[in-house]
Amino acid sequence: MIQIEDLHRSFDGVQVLKGVTCEIRKGEILALIGGSGSGKSVILKHVSGLLRPDRGRVLIDGTDITSLRRAELEQMRSRFGFLFQSGALFSSLNVFDNVAFPLREKTKLEEAKIREKVISVLDQVGLKEAEQKYPAQLSGGMIKRTALARALVRTPEIMFFDEPTTGLDPVIAHTILDLIQSLHRRLLFTGIIVTHELARVFGIVERVALLYEGMIRFIGTPTEIMASQDVVVQQFMSGAKGPVKLY
Amino acid sequence: MIREWGAYTLFVLRSLGQMGVFLARVITCGLTPPLKVAWIVRQIWFIGFQSTLVIFLTGAFTGMVLGLQGFYTLNRFGSAALLGPMVALSLIRELGPVLSALMVTGRAGSAMTAEIGIMRSSEQIDAIELMGLNPHRYLVVPRLVAGVIALPLLTSIFDVVGILGGYLMGVKLLSLGRGTYFGEMVNHIDMEDILVGIYKSLFFGLIITWVCSYKGYHAGSGAEGVSKATTQAVVLSSVLVLFWDYIVTSFFF
Repeated sequence: MIQIEDLHRSFDGVQVLKGVTCEIRKGEILALIGGSGSGKSVILKHVSGLLRPDRGRVLIDGTDITSLRRAELEQMRSRFGFLFQSGALFSSLNVFDNVAFPLREKTKLEEAKIREKVISVLDQVGLKEAEQKYPAQLSGGMIKRTALARALVRTPEIMFFDEPTTGLDPVIAHTILDLIQSLHRRLLFTGIIVTHELARVFGIVERVALLYEGMIRFIGTPTEIMASQDVVVQQFMSGAKGPVKLY
Repeated sequence: MIREWGAYTLFVLRSLGQMGVFLARVITCGLTPPLKVAWIVRQIWFIGFQSTLVIFLTGAFTGMVLGLQGFYTLNRFGSAALLGPMVALSLIRELGPVLSALMVTGRAGSAMTAEIGIMRSSEQIDAIELMGLNPHRYLVVPRLVAGVIALPLLTSIFDVVGILGGYLMGVKLLSLGRGTYFGEMVNHIDMEDILVGIYKSLFFGLIITWVCSYKGYHAGSGAEGVSKATTQAVVLSSVLVLFWDYIVTSFFF
């Protein structure tokens, strides 16, 4: 279980997070939605330990990761998988080596076993035929799928998805979300998805949290958020004009 | 005005502190296993082997200029026979290490900053961290070790080629005796002279890889951030090389 408690963070004097508090239950996927620049990715980076807060805590199964030392944090991160918005593939490695990288560097598996696991996960994301290609030769959807394969190859307990469908056409975006859903059913990871694709994502998440002005404005099931009478929530869901500030 | 200077001084001190902490972390990481040997070899190939042509050319022309200019100057004082020691001493103690370092900064150091900077802005470094790995071990330690190994070797090549360039000018073009050129060189060059050059190039290898990796690691986002970091890395490395050259030279004077 992930507990975010009173998270505060500012950058160059601008307060981005002003006391974010929420909880992600074991095995559920939470969609984190909010306006551009509202701090959704910043929350993700705090929960994964990439950033340290000015104030507040992030507890993962009771362990406060904001106070862990480097070695302890590295150990904790062995449980994480992270799908970056850009994919963050290593440009000097081909698809196979990108996916094999965490296994080669973080486990003592033999090369034959690594090959077996990598091929299996590439098969799951439909990229078995592209194993020798380099990131520069891949389309946006293939980059996302390779990054997803790399994030999942060590079967993480906790997955972070930073805008997994941004920049993709609707068909590929749908495929990626279907893939996340089917992998979640199989692997039962706990997950946070930062996204703008409200309608599609609501089909695969258990709950939705709306970040507004540095705090969680609403948290509930997709049905509850659709029925909310909060003007900010309503404006965000409909995309119409209203009290929400544009950045 | 005073406040601005104070803020600038604090900024410089903070930057120096951060660079020091960065170096300490990298050295600590390098001293704890596992050492990524394949990554180090790849960096030696990039920093060392791929710089040999530019080092060869720079060494040759520097030696040739020294041969011509040295002969012209020494001949005025009736000491043309000392051309060999003059060329060799200038190269081994001073020009070899410094010019090699400056050429490596321009060729490999800038590329190092740009590569690490792009990895930073495209979140590849974050990806390594989130795999539970230490990015210093993969990105900085191999470059630092490779720099310390490659620079003395490149400097040695520079010195040898430079001495041969001086030989071409002094002996082949200006008719100085071959025996005089090399004989006087053997008489006047000590082991200490060679060691000074080696010590300098060891430090320069460390300085270049340290500064260029640091600047790339902390590059701002986007093309502008990476280009700014690259410029800063080249300028700072070059200035530090010249500064440290003065320190070592005054120490061994």
